[in-house]
Amino acid sequence: MSSVTTTPTRTPSGAATGGGPQGPADDGRIGLRAHLRHIGALSRRYALQIKADPESMFEVVLMPIVFVLLFTFVFGGAISGSGNQDVYVNYLVPGLMAMMGLNIAMAVGTGVNDDFKKGVMDRFRAMPIARSSVLIAKIVVEIGRMLIAMAIMLGMGFALGLTLHGSVLQLLAAVGLSLVFGASLMWIFILLGLTLQTAQAVQGMAMMVLMPLQFGSSIFAPTTSMPGWLQSFTNVNPLSNLADAARHLINNEGPVAQPVMVTLAWAVGITLVTAPLAVRKFRNKT
Amino acid sequence: MAPGPMVGMTRIDKNPRRGANAVEVRGLVKHFGETKALDGVDLDVREGTVLGVLGPNGAGKTTLVRCLSTLLVPDAGTATVAGYDVVRQPRQLRRTIGLTGQYASVDEKLSGWENLYMIGRLLDLPRKEARGRADELLERFSLTEAAKRPAMQYSGGMRRRLDLAASMIGRPAVLYLDEPTTGLDPRTRNEVWDEVQRMVAEGATVLLTTQYMEEAEQLANELTVIDRGKVIAHGKVDELKARVGGRTLRIRPADPAELPDMARALAEAGLDGVSGSQAVPDEGLLLVPLLSDEQLTAVVGLLAARGYAIADLGTYLPSLDEVFLSITGQKPTATDADPASAEQTEEVAA
Repeated sequence: MSSVTTTPTRTPSGAATGGGPQGPADDGRIGLRAHLRHIGALSRRYALQIKADPESMFEVVLMPIVFVLLFTFVFGGAISGSGNQDVYVNYLVPGLMAMMGLNIAMAVGTGVNDDFKKGVMDRFRAMPIARSSVLIAKIVVEIGRMLIAMAIMLGMGFALGLTLHGSVLQLLAAVGLSLVFGASLMWIFILLGLTLQTAQAVQGMAMMVLMPLQFGSSIFAPTTSMPGWLQSFTNVNPLSNLADAARHLINNEGPVAQPVMVTLAWAVGITLVTAPLAVRKFRNKT
Repeated sequence: MAPGPMVGMTRIDKNPRRGANAVEVRGLVKHFGETKALDGVDLDVREGTVLGVLGPNGAGKTTLVRCLSTLLVPDAGTATVAGYDVVRQPRQLRRTIGLTGQYASVDEKLSGWENLYMIGRLLDLPRKEARGRADELLERFSLTEAAKRPAMQYSGGMRRRLDLAASMIGRPAVLYLDEPTTGLDPRTRNEVWDEVQRMVAEGATVLLTTQYMEEAEQLANELTVIDRGKVIAHGKVDELKARVGGRTLRIRPADPAELPDMARALAEAGLDGVSGSQAVPDEGLLLVPLLSDEQLTAVVGLLAARGYAIADLGTYLPSLDEVFLSITGQKPTATDADPASAEQTEEVAA
């Protein structure tokens, strides 16, 4: 029988030493390097999933192209006067960077909801890894997707006449700010994905939050023509602030510090509130 | 009987660590609303042995495994695995266990190799070692050819084998197998049994839940029968069977025509404690329920003294189906009807 000839693969560990490759039992804490290694391995998982299912990149590739084309040609003439679409491009594209983050973050919620119905999550949760690393890995990969979407959108913008008035550094700052804010939004949608029962519910809930935030902002049109009550909403709306910050950086005009600070404050605030809740939810999910 | 369990038994008798408990559960309670999924469960798994946790659907088997793998926090009671408390030391405990759930817990979109490599990395193996371990386990579980294909293209049996391989990467001290063959066809089931028997032969401690009697008989050293969250019986497989019905002596006379005479002779002799013997003329058999070895000697001696020729005789224990029926008063599951079980047992033995 084969079992007789096989070399035992199991370490002859007693009850006290445990079976983990880490050797003698410690207090079970996971060090920073191990934590980063786990996040790396789990990020690789998400990246491989994308490779196995290239269709999941459609939204990342197509959404920025469609948005830029659509809004430039539908609103551009009306807002900046016909034939002046290229003026509107410089207004629109920085604003769309905010919207892109929001849309990709929303998809994270439905993805997480699907993912957590799978048996493999039980395996992860029964393994000696920090449970937060599963969620952080998801965010790492989604930031990568966001970056690709931004690059495609900027390329599309440049093709339609976007001109960079600021420095390359300012452009990168605008992209970076969008990514930071987008990442904080992901925690909200991860929390929703973990809380709601179905992916459809996540999507419905997300739309309800998205619509007023997106259109009640300075993303598509200057807020000066809006009624006062709406203006006071758009002024605190983080998307307006992000759009203004990106716009002022890329066009090298208007105040930068204030919208940047407001956006960062929102990003930090959202993360501080929702990330611990999401991790706790994930830890206790049965 | 297949040779597998015998190999296991021999090994355990030689095991120097025999006696120490790898898993200890005391008064474990878990409620879901009104439902008492676990209602005060006690059990032990000795190191290097397989404990079968047998029970029908909804008995609380999966809840037990989930509590013991820190996926659920029990409401009351204690449980330790490899000396670690499930509630107070979950992080240390997770280093010592391997879990194969009822549903294949591998990533469907990833290839078999990528699944194993990922788990190796999550268990802090260096890259090179994680690669080597993935190759080695794929080879061992006969998945080398399918290594690069996504797991979603695997058959049910391949997936379950990949799942077992994934649980083995960290060389866990204790392995939980939660209904490892549910939903598999008999041939695939045998493949999984073979693998489990191999792991046990190599020294793994296993807690196996199942609703299949043959599975428990094939793999487990000891059995705990649970029903509605409570332990209703515990013991070695043979002990449990003996406790319920005792053995039955089956005698085949050389001349079937003598059957009625033999039965009458036995009844008239009034041997101590021997009653209820029964002639089964259709099969040419005389069945005598036994409570002790002395009765066996007495029955055979009496028949020999009266000059009856016996062609064949033997004793047998009741099947686990019968055991379960007599303990709980109900059939374990509707799908486990006797004919099917008998068929599969034969197939295993063949």
